[in-house]
Amino acid sequence: MIEVKKLVKRFGLKTILRGLNFSVEPGEFVALLGPNGAGKTTFLRILATLSRPSLGDVKIAGHHLPADAAQVRARLGVVSHMPLLYPDLTAEENLRFYARMYGIGNMEARIIQVLEMVGLENRRKDLVRTFSRGMQQRLAIGRAVIHDPEVMLFDEPYTGLDQDASEMLDDVLRSVAAEGRTVVMTSHDLARAEDLATRFDILSRGVIAASATHTELNNTNLLTFYKQALAD
Amino acid sequence: MIEKPETLDNRPQTLDRPSSREAAHRPSFIKATLAIVQKDLSAEFRSFELISAMLVFSLLVIIIFNFALELDVKVRESVTSGVLWTTFAFAGTLGLNRSMSVEKDRGCMDGLLLAPVDRSVIYFGKAISNLIFMLIVEAIVLPVYSMLYNVNLFRLDLLGVILLGSIGYAAVGTLLSTMSAQTRTREVLLPILLFPVAMPVLLASVKACNGLLTGAEFSEVLTPLNLLIVYDVIFVAIAFMVFDFVVEE
Repeated sequence: MIEVKKLVKRFGLKTILRGLNFSVEPGEFVALLGPNGAGKTTFLRILATLSRPSLGDVKIAGHHLPADAAQVRARLGVVSHMPLLYPDLTAEENLRFYARMYGIGNMEARIIQVLEMVGLENRRKDLVRTFSRGMQQRLAIGRAVIHDPEVMLFDEPYTGLDQDASEMLDDVLRSVAAEGRTVVMTSHDLARAEDLATRFDILSRGVIAASATHTELNNTNLLTFYKQALAD
Repeated sequence: MIEKPETLDNRPQTLDRPSSREAAHRPSFIKATLAIVQKDLSAEFRSFELISAMLVFSLLVIIIFNFALELDVKVRESVTSGVLWTTFAFAGTLGLNRSMSVEKDRGCMDGLLLAPVDRSVIYFGKAISNLIFMLIVEAIVLPVYSMLYNVNLFRLDLLGVILLGSIGYAAVGTLLSTMSAQTRTREVLLPILLFPVAMPVLLASVKACNGLLTGAEFSEVLTPLNLLIVYDVIFVAIAFMVFDFVVEE
């Protein structure tokens, strides 16, 4: 579903990604872990078509980036730590706007379906500015799945959430993954990543330093695996 | 403390995936542009943050000019176009800054850029919204100006020139405010970038309005009018071509 070969990203003289190779099979849930400054967000922004690669080959759902960016965007849902929602619009109006931007047919039924999925059907007429951070993040996931994307990218989705809101988000993330979507999530929360993901990739100094599935980890703790990967 | 949804257990854990893969659909250029315009208008008519700031500023400017200039009847007509366009230009800059910072501050620009549409859709959507906000403010400022300065501004030819000038200003302003919104000093940077580039449209608008108000020959008005039309066409075309690069990281 996602295939990245020898990806390089430079900002001026600074090289952030240094020949990164990465691939994800359809339906996989990959947690992309790594310290601050490792290049996780930069990498995710390239996958999300928000940034161009300096060098290398990026292919999502059979489409090359950046050449086929519009086709990729139609198959992609992105959630970051910012909700990308308009505070002066209601939950319903926000989803309606994004549904129109994605050219969705049967829009109203889809909006209700998505609001039910993220548990906000009772707040559909409320302005987003009155929502708690957790509710905004759930609605952000609703925004990202409104067009039924095959691939979901989550960039630190738990940032700023309290315990209750994080648990609520866990449920929504599980239901998103249960639909057979391919998911890539960056996070600093190893326990949460271990609970949700099927594979763990450690990004360090612009390359994937280590990769393991749940099975491959065997009895090794994810924290031990993570520390070992960064030390090597 | 976040409230748990009452129907958490009952709500669907999965979505019914559309068999026709609705995700692969892309909206038409016009539908997506109108979606952005409608979104901007709905948000603004709920908060009135942008229009009220532009309006208060504009009214203050024309009142200050009214007291500062102490004009007789003849001079009033000759300075009207200058005072009006100074007001529109500064108020327009306020609106352009605010319109784009709303998108940038909450990351909503990324939301727009993630949509499977040509990026010029975002430009046209924002430019039309900005133009509508400018026209709303102008529609309120003009009668107030007419009363304060005792000058008749309700002439179709004059309103046509104001419309053309506003189109040009919104066209170039939207492009440059998108650029400046990506910097930390956007409030300062936008006027520095905008005024030199928009100078032809401002000068042509002032000259055309002045000619119409002072009863000049039509041939005198025709040159700035042509310049305005050409400027509008060129700037919309340039923005259409370069907007993709402006929003590129």
